[in-house]
Amino acid sequence: MDIRLYMAQRLSALVMAPLVLGHIAVMIYAVQSGITTAEILGRTQGSILWFLFYGTFVLAVSVHAAVGVRVILNEWLGIKGNTLNLLSWAIGIGLLLLGGRAVLAVTFL
Amino acid sequence: MEVKAEFLNVTVSRGSGDGVYQEAFQVPAYDNQTVLDVVSWIQQNVDPTLTYRFACRVGMCGSCAMMVNGQPRWTCRTHVKKVSTNQKLKIEPLRNLPVIKDLVADMDPFFGKWVEAEGVHHPTRTRYEPIEQIDPQDAARTTANEGIECINCAVCYAACDTVTNNADYLGPAALQRAWTVYNDVKDADKSAILDAVSGKGGCHSCHSIGSCTHYCPNELNPMQAIAGLKRATSKSFFKKGR
Ligand code: FES
Repeated sequence: MDIRLYMAQRLSALVMAPLVLGHIAVMIYAVQSGITTAEILGRTQGSILWFLFYGTFVLAVSVHAAVGVRVILNEWLGIKGNTLNLLSWAIGIGLLLLGGRAVLAVTFL
Repeated sequence: MEVKAEFLNVTVSRGSGDGVYQEAFQVPAYDNQTVLDVVSWIQQNVDPTLTYRFACRVGMCGSCAMMVNGQPRWTCRTHVKKVSTNQKLKIEPLRNLPVIKDLVADMDPFFGKWVEAEGVHHPTRTRYEPIEQIDPQDAARTTANEGIECINCAVCYAACDTVTNNADYLGPAALQRAWTVYNDVKDADKSAILDAVSGKGGCHSCHSIGSCTHYCPNELNPMQAIAGLKRATSKSFFKKGR
């Protein structure tokens, strides 16, 4: 891991930390008295705020997890060079697509 | 009633490459006996072809390190009693390094990485200028002092799991050396050091497992030195964008 990957992983963790706390706080608050899918979607649909909140989270997770899994692939399975680069990008982009699709589904689609 | 065993049962790793095998020896047990004494006894009394390294026998030169019952030790300062409770010893060459023969590890990768980490002096003055006065209380000097007792024994290098799993990783000794030189008031090229430890196998590969600090026979703290490098490189990353 060089300094660029290191900073990418640490900075994405920095972004994730408050978002995770926010997510958990909202879950505890919102679900207290029970909540239906329609009620959730009613709050999230068309909301720029929730789009940005979870959009940022998905972006940070994609970067963070891609770097982390990259290190594991390298140290535990001995994968190196281009294969390692390709796999890391695939994981990052894969998470971004899956997460992005979910965020769009509850906010704008 | 338990009879005190008069002999140690010692297993020694012999040969190199594909021809590595374990050989058992019985060595007389003494009250005061280091692991190096045991190896020397075998070489002097049983098999003169047993190959191993030592020089000072007092923990100064760093040449006698071996794996003892699976853990890296400076053998000249390690008492048998401290590492074996059942009169059994298993002695092997240092981990994470190629083996030349028997108990002798090839130190080339270890010292090569020392140079790669830029742990070399970059002078601030030439020999024709007066010697720079250094304040011994200076904060940077105090930090540098913490690492200068390293004897290059490679115990930390053998203890480190990150070295095992990542062939590029420079390792605790080389990185601690880089941190020491970085803090040396008389060093003129600190950015060269930060660049050298910021690459693929640099300080950022460290997982802070801490085996280096746990096993260092001189009780140095390479893990803390590496954390210092991580801080310094991060600061310079924000300043210079790299
Ligand atoms: S022989 Fe010199 S340190 Fe052990």
